[in-house]
Amino acid sequence: MQDTPNTPAQPKRPVRRVTGGVATWCRDQLARYVFLAVAFSATVSLLLIALFILKEGVPFIIKIGLKDFLFASEWDPSVGKFGIYPMIIASLWVTLGAMLIGAPLGVAGAIFLTQFVPRSVMRIIKPMIELLAGIPSVLYGFMGVMVLAPFIRNHFGGPGLSLLAGAIILGIMVLPTVISISVDAINAVPRTYLEGALALGATRWQSVHMVILKAARSGIIASVILAMGRAVGETMAVIMVVGNAVKIPHSALDSVRTLTANIALEMGYATGLHRQALFATGVVLFVVVMILNSLAMAAMKRKAGS
Amino acid sequence: MERKVKISVQNLSVFFGRHQALRGLSLDIAANRILGIIGPASSGKTSFLRALNRMNDLDPESRAEGRVLLDGADIYHPSQSAVQLRKRVGMVFALPMPLPMSIYDNVVYGPRLSGVRDRATLDEIVERTLTSAFLWDEVKDRLNLLALRLSGGQQQRLCLARTLAMDPEVVLLDEPCSGLDPISTARIEDALSVLKARYTIILVTNNTKQASRVADETAFFLMGDLVEMGETSQIFTVPKDQRTSDYVTGRFG
Repeated sequence: MQDTPNTPAQPKRPVRRVTGGVATWCRDQLARYVFLAVAFSATVSLLLIALFILKEGVPFIIKIGLKDFLFASEWDPSVGKFGIYPMIIASLWVTLGAMLIGAPLGVAGAIFLTQFVPRSVMRIIKPMIELLAGIPSVLYGFMGVMVLAPFIRNHFGGPGLSLLAGAIILGIMVLPTVISISVDAINAVPRTYLEGALALGATRWQSVHMVILKAARSGIIASVILAMGRAVGETMAVIMVVGNAVKIPHSALDSVRTLTANIALEMGYATGLHRQALFATGVVLFVVVMILNSLAMAAMKRKAGS
Repeated sequence: MERKVKISVQNLSVFFGRHQALRGLSLDIAANRILGIIGPASSGKTSFLRALNRMNDLDPESRAEGRVLLDGADIYHPSQSAVQLRKRVGMVFALPMPLPMSIYDNVVYGPRLSGVRDRATLDEIVERTLTSAFLWDEVKDRLNLLALRLSGGQQQRLCLARTLAMDPEVVLLDEPCSGLDPISTARIEDALSVLKARYTIILVTNNTKQASRVADETAFFLMGDLVEMGETSQIFTVPKDQRTSDYVTGRFG
């Protein structure tokens, strides 16, 4: 390396002017920090919510004992019994039922929309399905109470307001989630896969289920997991149709109470230990939904990686 | 040698919506020879190729007029199934497009669709077709590797093997070497020269030199018309049409 004095004089570079000068720079910085703050506020509110729920709920769980909280089957706050086992079971069954109804319907709908319907029709139907997601959940509950519950009572027996009614309503409510994410996943499969399979003499259906569904699998799984998160957390529609009796269900026609319903129903008048118990229920829900969301993200990431 | 006609194209026009991609062309394609199709971009080469195995049908806007006779039977006749047709007329695309599965599964995809389940038979098909595509030696120890991990040239040869595995009668190749390096290109060309003993091969290529190297006969397309078709040596040395002459000598296109 030559020392500076020995090198021939470099032609002076023109001084680069900052276009617009100081005012523009200030505006840029301002915009930058405003957007940063907006972006952070979402993260911060998540953290605050988590902290708040944990602060209220965790001491209770420690006091009662995790086992007695999660696995005792009696819930009677007036005499200090705080077992949420029946509600955990109810939440699981309602969610599972909703998935059994919503996932196959949703995935089939997505296949239909992407493969067997002209694009122009899909452009009309898909936004309509997404509108389903915008219907307030209380209206779903209303339909459940007025139409579904009497139907179940008259045709299958039982009180009508039941686990089955909850599963059906939730199954319909998660359709937009399953369909629209699955449609995106299927549309993201390169068209070349379809052409390649067809050129090898596959029928349309063979190429769909052997190639396209395989390639879109992780996206479809993610849609189902996200829908599960939605079903676990849904409250209003569920409260209206499941009957809310705290007991372990023995059939799909039994009345049940879910974790979310429990919080919403009792928060209005709960005090002291009872109130803490509801927060602890919230902790359980929070953890379940977090796990489901992480699974969904992992599924989607695996797709991006392969 | 007698020139046996495998595919007879009669007054074929292809439309995409209002756009006419092919303008009523007629030609006979000889069995067990390589037909090279050359021409500048948007001259209808690919539309022609995709008309021969009815891949154009995938576009709901497309429409074909005229007749395409494969061994004397019109492939556009309503009683003909496009799925059966594509088993007889295989296709290799411009971009290698292995399916997202292993090398082995890619090759046996076609045979499995036709109901072949016997492992030994499938093994034999895999070895025979990969050998024909000059790929066997490079992948024989890793047949379970995801096909997408192969290099571009290997993927394209895999796609050729996959097409051969269906045991088609006609193999359509749509610019199979457009994205490949010279060595991979040479390998595919070598494979084609051997394969023509068994198959009728139609090769669309943007590379005029490639047509002159491997094609027995060459057709020159321009703007949806067939300008000229003949023995490759004749097309490249004494073309009858001035436009062909200009194109093969590189004066335009």
